[in-house]
Amino acid sequence: MSERPDYAAFPDARGHFGAYGGRFVSETLMAALEELESVYLSLRNDPAFLAEFDRDLANYVGRPSPLYLAERWTRELGGAQIFLKREDLNHTGSHKVNNTIGQALLAKRMGKPRVIAETGAGQHGVATATVAARLGLQCQVYMGAEDVERQKLNVYRMKLLGAEVIPVTSGSATLKDAMNEAMRDWVTNVDNTFYIIGTVAGPHPYPMMVRDFHRVIGREARAQHLEQTGRLPDALVACVGGGSNAIGLFHPFLEDESVAFYGVEAGGDGVETGRHAAPLAAGRPGVLHGNRTYLMEDADGQIIETHSISAGLDYPGVGPEHAWLKDIGRANYVAVTDTETLAAFRELTLVEGIMPALESAHALAYARKLAPTLGKDQSIIVNLSGRGDKDIHTVAALDGMKV
Amino acid sequence: MSRIASCFEALAAQGRKALIPFVTAGDPQPSVTVPLMHAMVEAGADVIELGMPFSDPMADGPVIQLACERSLAAGTSLEKVLAMVAEFRQQDDRTPVVLMGYLNPVEAMGYETFAARAAEAGVDGVLLVDLPPEETELVGPLFRAQGLDQVFLLAPTTTEARMARIAEAGSGYLYYVSLKGVTGSATLNVEEVAAKVETIRKHARLPIGVGFGIKDAASARAISRVADGVVVGSALVQRIADHAGQPDEIPTQVAALLAEMRAAMDKSD
Repeated sequence: MSERPDYAAFPDARGHFGAYGGRFVSETLMAALEELESVYLSLRNDPAFLAEFDRDLANYVGRPSPLYLAERWTRELGGAQIFLKREDLNHTGSHKVNNTIGQALLAKRMGKPRVIAETGAGQHGVATATVAARLGLQCQVYMGAEDVERQKLNVYRMKLLGAEVIPVTSGSATLKDAMNEAMRDWVTNVDNTFYIIGTVAGPHPYPMMVRDFHRVIGREARAQHLEQTGRLPDALVACVGGGSNAIGLFHPFLEDESVAFYGVEAGGDGVETGRHAAPLAAGRPGVLHGNRTYLMEDADGQIIETHSISAGLDYPGVGPEHAWLKDIGRANYVAVTDTETLAAFRELTLVEGIMPALESAHALAYARKLAPTLGKDQSIIVNLSGRGDKDIHTVAALDGMKV
Repeated sequence: MSRIASCFEALAAQGRKALIPFVTAGDPQPSVTVPLMHAMVEAGADVIELGMPFSDPMADGPVIQLACERSLAAGTSLEKVLAMVAEFRQQDDRTPVVLMGYLNPVEAMGYETFAARAAEAGVDGVLLVDLPPEETELVGPLFRAQGLDQVFLLAPTTTEARMARIAEAGSGYLYYVSLKGVTGSATLNVEEVAAKVETIRKHARLPIGVGFGIKDAASARAISRVADGVVVGSALVQRIADHAGQPDEIPTQVAALLAEMRAAMDKSD
């Protein structure tokens, strides 16, 4: 880029990030999206709303989350210092709750008694069920039948929290199908229902709104890194499915041009095999779920099945702001395989005593490659977006164990 | 004048309403579609909406989702859908054909290529469910340049301000979605539809078709009393599903249901 864009101007008034984003939905939802946009725009700079949001993040979520220097792991890798942004320590165990707190506050202000959500790994579903319980909202969560099977623990958590989990069997029975079904529910129940989308994708204003609620990650990390080291980090690393934790970390650093961004997609069996979930690395632009973005699709524009060990990254699209950051060259998008991810999962658990979610282990796997290429006086912040308890069954099964 | 405009004009002159069947192209297999289209015209269809199958039909209920799955599994592509229309045109130069579906397969082909090839195949209009007027500035001019009408949806949630904007952007006819929900869901409320159609007429000169929730002769007749066109989809597609194992029977089966609707619509009060 010869000239730096005015990042604050994106998305534009119609929700576009360059060629991406927008509002590609059927007419029935247009009025609801316009209403949501106008309510959100009236509140996003409202001191009372922001104070309520911040209070909940502090007292209910437990923010700020620590920025932890992984000293032993840094020594072992022999390169840049690695800091972990500990979103895994949030209430409910991942970054997802930042957004569900924000959207639930909006639902309450808009007088909607019912919330719905889609979920892949179940982290967003749990975070939605949690805030619904707290605010006394009726809650239904759509989850692909395949994910219901591989994330049993989170399914039960949602039930305990009073939510109803609806298994989705259409299509490939994973996250994208759960999102289709949630959209269908919303079209039908648009009068009394607030759709809490779990990532920075979907029709405008969701990518902007969800990003804004997650910016707290990067704001805190930037201040914490400055306080601990007196300087900015050299690189940020975060996993990207839809891309909410990554945009939350990246966004407050956009104007710090010396800070490199790495978004890590799910390489599955390897990008060259075609069995992966890495649309930025190997897809092309198209329109799905209300926005234009990079997609995994065949030559005829049909969405193809994705593959990842991590249910939370098993999605054929990605937030439109990431698509734009890729095209303008501000962020780098890379992919790591399931095998590399598992190795990073085990390594962090053994070396630091921190068990990461398999989603976050993708970021760790890339950091493991990046750190040795940098100097010891440099540093990386890795977003440890969630904790790994939910994945113990998956890892145990690979070890041939039943727990 | 476009085929769609002259069709509605001729019907209006006769005091009749348009019967607009929707089927997914290539369901359950590509060889069924062209004979089915002819059979529907024979049974009284005035305009045919032909669904372009998509892997993720977000605005559709289970009946049309499954139709998309059957069609894609049988190898239907947008290219083949255009070839079906071209084949249909060899014998029918009169009945308007509107392609209906989602944006992504069209974007994948390329808008300019699609518009040119659709016009060449004899397509008259295009309805892209997930392309509201706000996002159509890329596509609209290309469609217009090829003489393709762009049909837009209106919904029970559409505000009057939007009605005017949509009427301005659309051509051919407007498609009023009679209920909040996906295709094939609950029963419609004719009085509510009538009131809404009246409001739309204040903002639009285009003919108004009404769809979603029309299941049988009685509901087709009721809607024909308040709208210019009656769109019937899931009820027909369900019949196709019921006979997916005997594809040769599909044209007769679907035509029988349509003929009942036609008769009920045309019967004087």
